[in-house]
Amino acid sequence: MADKTPVFGAHQVQLLEKLCNASGVSGDEGEVRKIVLEEVKPYADTVKVDSLGSVLVTKNGKTAERVRLMLDAHMDEVGFMLVNDDGDGLFSFEVIGGIDPRSLPGKQVLVGKNKLPGVIGARPIHLTSREDRQRKIPVDALRIDLGPGGSGKVKVGERAVFATRFRRAGGSLFSKAIDDRIGVATLIELLKAAPENLDLCLSFTVQEENGLRGARVAAFQLKPEMAIAVDATPANDLPVFDGSENTFYNTRLGAGPAIYTFDGGTLNDPRLINFLAQTAVEAKIPFQYRQPGGGKTNAGEIHLAQTGVPSVSISVPHRYTHTAISLSRVEDWKNTLLLLHSALKRITPALLSFERP
Amino acid sequence: MPDITPFLKSLLSTAGVSGYEAPVAKLIEEKWRPLVDEIKLSRIGSLTAFKKGSFDGKRPSIMIATHMDAIGMMVTSIVGEFLHVTQIGGIDARILPGSPVTVHATRTGKTEELYGVVAQPLMRALPPEISDGPVPLHELLIDTGLSAKEAASKVNIGDVVSFATLPVDLSGEVISGHTLDNRASVAALTVALEELQAKKHLWDVWAVATAQEETILGGGYTSAFELRPDLAVTIDVTFAKGPGAADWGTFPLGKGPTIAYGPNIHPYLYKRINDLADRLEIPHAMELVPRHSGTDTFAMQVSAEGIPTAVLGIPLRYMHTPVEMVAVKDIQRTGRLMAEFISALEVDFIENITWDD
Repeated sequence: MADKTPVFGAHQVQLLEKLCNASGVSGDEGEVRKIVLEEVKPYADTVKVDSLGSVLVTKNGKTAERVRLMLDAHMDEVGFMLVNDDGDGLFSFEVIGGIDPRSLPGKQVLVGKNKLPGVIGARPIHLTSREDRQRKIPVDALRIDLGPGGSGKVKVGERAVFATRFRRAGGSLFSKAIDDRIGVATLIELLKAAPENLDLCLSFTVQEENGLRGARVAAFQLKPEMAIAVDATPANDLPVFDGSENTFYNTRLGAGPAIYTFDGGTLNDPRLINFLAQTAVEAKIPFQYRQPGGGKTNAGEIHLAQTGVPSVSISVPHRYTHTAISLSRVEDWKNTLLLLHSALKRITPALLSFERP
Repeated sequence: MPDITPFLKSLLSTAGVSGYEAPVAKLIEEKWRPLVDEIKLSRIGSLTAFKKGSFDGKRPSIMIATHMDAIGMMVTSIVGEFLHVTQIGGIDARILPGSPVTVHATRTGKTEELYGVVAQPLMRALPPEISDGPVPLHELLIDTGLSAKEAASKVNIGDVVSFATLPVDLSGEVISGHTLDNRASVAALTVALEELQAKKHLWDVWAVATAQEETILGGGYTSAFELRPDLAVTIDVTFAKGPGAADWGTFPLGKGPTIAYGPNIHPYLYKRINDLADRLEIPHAMELVPRHSGTDTFAMQVSAEGIPTAVLGIPLRYMHTPVEMVAVKDIQRTGRLMAEFISALEVDFIENITWDD
């Protein structure tokens, strides 16, 4: 079964649906962890849950000269923590991760392990002035409202996520938490088809949205020779208000997997950037370079682990990150999986024997 | 009393933006047909149901108006794969980013429902003066996940867009969803019609699910003129106390309907309904309306030679957002109070209307 190219189909989409619909705010990733453990156990040599809650998996290859490669995807998502019970089913909340407060009014949420439904409302337009409507609504003016019977059903400290359920419409996927359940699903599929030239180690990490904290200790424990962080990156490819060219799109939806060059946390290893791009060209898989700029992936911590780990990031483009509904294309995900699979098979120790430019 | 919740939920899941009420009108017609003697659509699309009174002589009539139309949006232009929209009815654009919507696409000749999400472009793609403030409706976009070519082949300028947030049960017998304004009142009027099956009423009853209230009170003006009732009552939603809504014009959720008082309401009618609610021990509150009631009653009062009017209000949180919230028992109480009032009307009620001068 080794070396088998993943056949992309309904099964993968079902796995992604299960992962996206799970609640897993940074620091409370249990539901996602449970799914990951179930999925990886039949294929792994070793599986452990580390002290922060990340799932670390190894799968050794068979060839003589193997490379110890780390693949990382984070399990956590942005969300909320209930911080005060205001009575009558209303709770004050704090935001966890980079959520634009302008995306919160009018959304449904699910609170806690039992997924108790609630809503984040807004003052009726009839009771606002024109001046009010020109100011954004701050988070501290918003409440999670469970309904008047909600007090006592949940406690402060519990997490909440956007309530959006996964939806496929044609070639598009609409969901919360595509960042980074799409990476988690990709790693699971790569493990199932692990090539024999690698000692593969996978980290399904916690707390990426809280400062890349899970990846830091995961890389320390796994001691890889090289690493690839698999994530979801924003496609800011919307039209500009005045019709001018959008030169700051970051990535474009539908243009294939996005290979990182430089972001706010990592100067990606040029040998690995070129290797991924070359692999895509040879395997005839479309790809794009993510525009150099801000933002971070777990590669930012992994490449500094121990004495340093040559690292690169590759992401599935998605629009409307960290909102109730993100949008991704099935083709982009499929091509990300296929590119990674092709690349993994071709990795040799010689890859890092070239000098860095 | 039969549970009105399943019918209410079906009402919330059925489109009917102002001027495009046909889908919801059909649903209400199916529900009302067995409860009334005649049912038809008015020339502008209001659903007009007649239930004959039992007085054997010249019967007076009462009209109960509950508007069935919903606020929504309409496509103004298509830019690549994205849609620009304008509002139908009052929408605070601050509740839109990240909200799910349905585009009722008509370009192919038959209406196709496209799922979409309201997209807020990146700050750099917007006029600089917006900065990180609220993004006005004309700068927001709708993304259906279709390609530019597919969008152009399916969507027309003028296509209607409705909210797609699904209704949800919250704690304490409360329902949340879009368009509870005013489907909650349609449900209450349905409760009243069900109650009237076993109750004697001397008067003829016109139950009207009015069209185009959110834009021009269109159904209120035209149906009152067409039917010339002796009395006209509106059931509409009113402001419930909640986050950002706490002043004298707001009422507790789940503590009964409001009975409006002010120039838009005939004081004798107010008194009679209020006395009846007291006698029946139906909890209720006096809603002061110093000017315009913001309901079909504003139109009905000045129809033809003028009509004595009243307004019952169902308290609702987060009005005109996709997460409006109503207590089911308030709907039932409102329906019961309406039925009891109709049943209590004496044949000479109109002659006995007095002015408290």
